[in-house]
Amino acid sequence: MNPQPSVQSPAAARPAGARSPLRAVPASAGAALWSFLLATPARADWGLNLPRGVSEISREVYDMHMMVLYICIVIGIVVFGAMFISILKHRKSLGVKPATFSHSMTAEVIWTVIPFLILVAMAIPAAKALIKMEDASGHELTVKVTGHQWKWEYEYPGEGIRFFSNLGEASREARALNSGVDPFSVDNYLLEVDNPLVLPVGRKVRFLLTSSDVLHAWWVPDFAVKKDAIPGFIREMWTVIDAPGTYRGQCAELCGKDHGFMPIVVEAVAEDEFAAWVTAEQAAAAAEAGSADREWAFDELMERGQAVYNTACLACHQADGQGIPGVFPALDAGALTLAEHLQTVLNGKPGTAMQAFGAQLSDVDIAAVVTFERNAIGNDTGEALQPMEVKAAR
Amino acid sequence: MNAYTGTADEHLDHDHGDHHGPAPGYLRWVTTTNHKDIGTLYLWFSLLMFFIGGAMALIIRAELFQPGLQIVDPHFFNQMTTMHALVMIFGVVMPAFVGLANWMLPMMVGAPDMALPRMNNWSFWILPFAFALMLATLFMEGGGPAAGWTLYPPLSLQGGDSLPFVIFSIHMLGASSIMGAINIIATIMNLRAPGMTYMKMPLFVWTWFITAYLLIAVMPVLAGAVTMLLTDAFFGTSFFNAAGGGDPVMFQHIFWFFGHPEVYILILPAFGLVSEIIPTFSRKPLFGYTSMVYATSSIAFLSFIVWAHHMFTVGMPLVGELFFMFTTMLIAVPTGVKVFNWVSTMWRGAMTFETPMLFALGFVVMFTIGGFSGLMLAMTPIDFQYHDTYFVVAHFHYVLVPGAVFGIIAGVYYWLPKWTGHHYNETLGKWHFWLSTVFVNLLFFPMHFVGLAGMPRRIPDYAVQFADFNAIATLGAFGFGFAQILLLVAVVQSILGGAKATGQVWDGTEITGGLEWTLSSPPPYHSFSPQPVVK
Repeated sequence: MNPQPSVQSPAAARPAGARSPLRAVPASAGAALWSFLLATPARADWGLNLPRGVSEISREVYDMHMMVLYICIVIGIVVFGAMFISILKHRKSLGVKPATFSHSMTAEVIWTVIPFLILVAMAIPAAKALIKMEDASGHELTVKVTGHQWKWEYEYPGEGIRFFSNLGEASREARALNSGVDPFSVDNYLLEVDNPLVLPVGRKVRFLLTSSDVLHAWWVPDFAVKKDAIPGFIREMWTVIDAPGTYRGQCAELCGKDHGFMPIVVEAVAEDEFAAWVTAEQAAAAAEAGSADREWAFDELMERGQAVYNTACLACHQADGQGIPGVFPALDAGALTLAEHLQTVLNGKPGTAMQAFGAQLSDVDIAAVVTFERNAIGNDTGEALQPMEVKAAR
Repeated sequence: MNAYTGTADEHLDHDHGDHHGPAPGYLRWVTTTNHKDIGTLYLWFSLLMFFIGGAMALIIRAELFQPGLQIVDPHFFNQMTTMHALVMIFGVVMPAFVGLANWMLPMMVGAPDMALPRMNNWSFWILPFAFALMLATLFMEGGGPAAGWTLYPPLSLQGGDSLPFVIFSIHMLGASSIMGAINIIATIMNLRAPGMTYMKMPLFVWTWFITAYLLIAVMPVLAGAVTMLLTDAFFGTSFFNAAGGGDPVMFQHIFWFFGHPEVYILILPAFGLVSEIIPTFSRKPLFGYTSMVYATSSIAFLSFIVWAHHMFTVGMPLVGELFFMFTTMLIAVPTGVKVFNWVSTMWRGAMTFETPMLFALGFVVMFTIGGFSGLMLAMTPIDFQYHDTYFVVAHFHYVLVPGAVFGIIAGVYYWLPKWTGHHYNETLGKWHFWLSTVFVNLLFFPMHFVGLAGMPRRIPDYAVQFADFNAIATLGAFGFGFAQILLLVAVVQSILGGAKATGQVWDGTEITGGLEWTLSSPPPYHSFSPQPVVK
């Protein structure tokens, strides 16, 4: 119940490589329980409670959580205490004669009114906190967050920055069924991304939240911010981060097969660092846009295509391109012409998990991934697609 | 669990003699209109589904034993979480309560049988076909439903071929439940013994009476919601598709308008069971009978105006969030009244601790723990942190497993000697209780911790800091699962033989009364004819 250190989210509480005390034992109940008892001193690592977090709201939420918990514990002691006194003293084996009373209006009134008053006392601070949480006015930065199966997209409309945030590569490799990679050897297993969301500390940040396909939920425990991303609607939430650091969270609404594999990582940085990051991102975006106008070599496209395939396509169509029968189709280049293939990638297939990647990927990425798919993962058509052709087809 | 093995001739010398025994051969079970036979069918069906749903839970827990994916792929994992819930809710808890109602309501109100016996037969026999349809999807290409039992669109619409099967199955289950509910209401309203006024009905009868109304009110709502999913998926409507003018959140409102009363459908009969059992083994009348009836009614009423607390994070207007927070917190008042009444019933009683009483006491303690976490979840600002984490999983499993399921098991042990005419093996029953209680806490208590520490629900793999508690929960799951075999053994033993039970069965029933104890154990095939008179 100690406050969490402000620079590290609890998600990173156990360093990579540290073994779970239970991990090494075979699945035998006795041995595991023994190990559990021996592991008690390490309990601090286990994460028992909500984080106190790094915003005013998250601390208020934490304090309210603790208050309600203590109220419940006290009520529990009284109720279970009375019950256990009965169990110990009012038992037939002690030769007691049962009483015959069966009702008391006074008692019923007391235990209706007192709980009601306790609830009123709890509801008042809760209502106050809620009113504050739902008021995003006066925000100083806006970030649009879009959920996709299965990655997050972040857009800074004021700064003209937009990027995707995918599960980190090391976690992606380790999470495959029977991958042979020990999750304990991966830094921040399942809680690492390729491109974290970068936010300045001390500014009121407003998030505009939506989704491109199914429901998702964006959640960072350290900010006490969680809301569902709903396709076709925009929801609003906000936070002010107090301390620089890396804060981690996960998608919190079932969104299909890889629901467990679309983490959220926020890098909170000082104002000047944030300004430098914005400038660098804008420059990188400009360079990327320029690269779409030149002719790309086949090998260059294949290399880029592999990387794009791994983050955008692999989750459904699998590493071998064979998909999952009945759920996600296999990628058979013989079944589609190059033009049809490009249209499918650009516009998706409505009503299925196949997204319109035209809105997500750059011309270079689409050219590269289509080229890759037609010349790898079991296909060998020899056809290549240039970024300029993608631009023309949009 | 059927007890009746005698022939019609043996019954001639019986007080309640009748000439109509069961039909010979296996057809008895297909054509029966007898409330005891149908109750038996419901209970066996429920036990079978309990082991099927339990096996799915063990697959889930086995995968979650360690981080990393070792056993199943995420798509199959999602099918397991979805099917586990559907099976446990619609295949285990609801049929078990209907089975207990079938067996006991006519005997408790002094009736010869249920009011609508042919419909009774039909409402049971729909069930196996509905579940055959639902479980068959697991063997199809693309597998079963994988969008969670709540079937939220748009994800559920991506589900492929399993969706229509699940929807038709839910339609059938709904029809079965509604027929069962009509039958229960008709029986209670029309077949009570002369002199049994409403406020003299046993609590189990009362809670089922209220539950039956809840069922009739909300099962059609669920049918409507899933039918809209069906037309969205196959007939081009856009109820839940923003691109066509719909709203995915509307599904959640409709679903939970069914779903919250459903939660009480799953617990109110258990309240009734515990309210029967605790007085018997405390040898003292139930404390606050009238307030118990009113508290149950209040809970039923409140259940219709709290639904959106299941969806606080969808981004409702502030006023909506405040309304649903206040109404939800209010439920603590009547629920608290019930717990206080149970404890007061024990107070200065002369308690003994046979298996049904142990399960009932376990129910009171662990259901209350689930109630506490429910109160925490009711508070919207902190619910934002709990929502869709393992804290929620811990909460609803506490109210459903050591809550509803313990209530059912308590009821089964309580009435088993009445049904079979033999006492079950008390030592075995106690082992069953203690193993279940230890393992169920090992299973679900650590989930509070991982939930608070940030583990989302419905994930097949997790970050390594959640590893230890998950390993413990998995050990608890296997222990709890295998301990339930003892229930099967106890029931089968009691059917086959054992110490003869008197009509009164438990000495405490002398004080607490109840018409079912005036009948022999096992009772005659047609319970009361003529009807007794209640003074």
